[in-house]
Amino acid sequence: MIEIESVTKVYQMGETEVRALNGVDVHIGQGEMTAIMGPSGSGKSTLLAIIGCLDVPTSGGYRLDGENVESMSDDELADIRSRKIGFVFQQFNLLPRATALENVTMPLTYAGVSGKERRARAEEALRKVGLSDRMHHRPNELSGGQQQRVAIARALVNDPAILLADEPTGALDSKTGTEIIRLFQTLHRDYGQTVIYVTHDPFIARHTQRIIRLADGQVISDDRVAEPLEAGAPRPSELALSGSLVVL
Amino acid sequence: MNITENFRIALRALAANKLRSALTMLGIIIGVASVVALMAIGAGATAGITAQVQGIGSNLIIVMPGRLQQGPNRGGMQPAALYYSDYEALAKTLKDVNGVAPSYETQATVVFETRTRSAGVIGITTKYAELRHYDIEQGRFPTPAEQQSGARVAVVGVNVVRDLFGGLNPLGRTIKLNGVPFTVIGVLEEQGSGGFGSADDYVMVPLETGYDKLFGASAVEGGKRKVSNIVISVKDETAVDSVMAQIERTLRRQHKLAPGDEADFLVLSQTQLLDTLSQITAILTAFLGAIAAISLLVGGIGIMNIMLVSVTERTKEIGLRKAVGAKRGAILLQFLVETLVLSLLGGLLGIALGVGIAAAVTATGVITASVTAPSVALAFGFAAAVGVLFGLYPAWRAAQLRPIEALRYE
Repeated sequence: MIEIESVTKVYQMGETEVRALNGVDVHIGQGEMTAIMGPSGSGKSTLLAIIGCLDVPTSGGYRLDGENVESMSDDELADIRSRKIGFVFQQFNLLPRATALENVTMPLTYAGVSGKERRARAEEALRKVGLSDRMHHRPNELSGGQQQRVAIARALVNDPAILLADEPTGALDSKTGTEIIRLFQTLHRDYGQTVIYVTHDPFIARHTQRIIRLADGQVISDDRVAEPLEAGAPRPSELALSGSLVVL
Repeated sequence: MNITENFRIALRALAANKLRSALTMLGIIIGVASVVALMAIGAGATAGITAQVQGIGSNLIIVMPGRLQQGPNRGGMQPAALYYSDYEALAKTLKDVNGVAPSYETQATVVFETRTRSAGVIGITTKYAELRHYDIEQGRFPTPAEQQSGARVAVVGVNVVRDLFGGLNPLGRTIKLNGVPFTVIGVLEEQGSGGFGSADDYVMVPLETGYDKLFGASAVEGGKRKVSNIVISVKDETAVDSVMAQIERTLRRQHKLAPGDEADFLVLSQTQLLDTLSQITAILTAFLGAIAAISLLVGGIGIMNIMLVSVTERTKEIGLRKAVGAKRGAILLQFLVETLVLSLLGGLLGIALGVGIAAAVTATGVITASVTAPSVALAFGFAAAVGVLFGLYPAWRAAQLRPIEALRYE
């Protein structure tokens, strides 16, 4: 259960202060699949980073499963990230010289999992994303979609309750993007994973149950999606996309 | 996560980027190797010079031309020289001595068939060889008859033999010294490297023959034969000082020096030579030490640079590791182990290279370089400390960042 309350985030950019988030309230329940949308600079990535404990709010409160995250030390945050959160980046962020299996194993070494169990769990995570036959390939030997799936396997390997993704399809073509979204839907449906991703593409966002829109650091809308699209559905016109939302 | 785990992560990270690891180590290797090699050469040169002087024997006195101190240049002064007549005067007047012997030294081109090298040529007497403890390995020294008759015979040092005869037995063969044919009758026993101009590089001829046929006009001045030095062997070590005083008196009279005049010759005992040489070697050692210190400093800056750059460029990796749950301590431990492995490995390779260079220098035969423990410890410790410090600092800085900031780092 994610409870964000009147969170602000201020960056100091030289002389000027940039207010990336300006009083955001968001609650996201266990097992929800949510998209965060907004134009660039709206603060959507900052919000996701705070949810993922990669960053801390300047003010406001963040409770994760009842724990106050905003007052935690750096190491306590690392522990939360290790146990509860899997993060997928737009640019994959794989270690270039490590194999897929080594990349996926990395979080387990920091989680204190024993050597034998690690390999089994990393292999299992790679199987989940359909890469059992690519375990010993390095990132440069994999396609963009395969690299993103390795990154998802890495995010999944610690069995986190929450899977976060920042523009997961942003660096991929639409067909590969669809495969990644299908994978998220499967994880959400079959394993009850909480999935939150940031996107600027309304079509990608429509594959979730809920769309939160940000602008200028504030939530401007929070809508249920009446009929989430199935991955592989044809891309409708932009007009149809914006009209098919049901305001709660 | 335990230590072996950390080592595995660190080694994997090092192996993952072999070029970067190698470049990082290179700074350490060069820094350490140069210090170890230079200090070894310095120590070796000092030891070699000292040993050579000690090899002269503690009861030997050497008289050489020149002044002990460089006084103000007085007009009309003759350039300092020693003459054969000085030797004759000393031989006649000195008491409590085993013997007095002169030699004349010059440089000559030595030719055997098609091979040529230049070598020092010393004109000696039988007595001189005896006093200087020159021993024959093969053949013989010139007989007294050959000495007096001016026979063209030569005794050669082992290095000259090696360079000119290439495995042939030199005895009985003819070499040409500045075009004058000489018959090789003996080979000197090898004295080994250990300083400048060991007898291994010399050709020895009878002094009389030298004056007659080889040394030419430069060995004569105003109708008097010049000598390069005169050695005197004192019967008893305790008499060295009194004999030196006798020599001083005799030569001042020979050279017609007024009581206040500076001597135009040097009378040196082994003790004095050692004193003089130890001053020279102290300067040499300080000089080499300064070069070593500079190369260590340059090496240290190199290590610092490459560590700062290579770790800073991995800020993103550090961010990623933190993002997937690595605590600050785990990151620092990883980089500590990485830099330790690099520094230690680089240090060890540097020591090996330094020892190798020292061995190579020794193999050339000029100086016996001896690697000293303090120089190894100093170079290794400094390089390792710089490596670890400047490897850890950027890692520490990156580990302080929020993961999102570190990930954004380009």
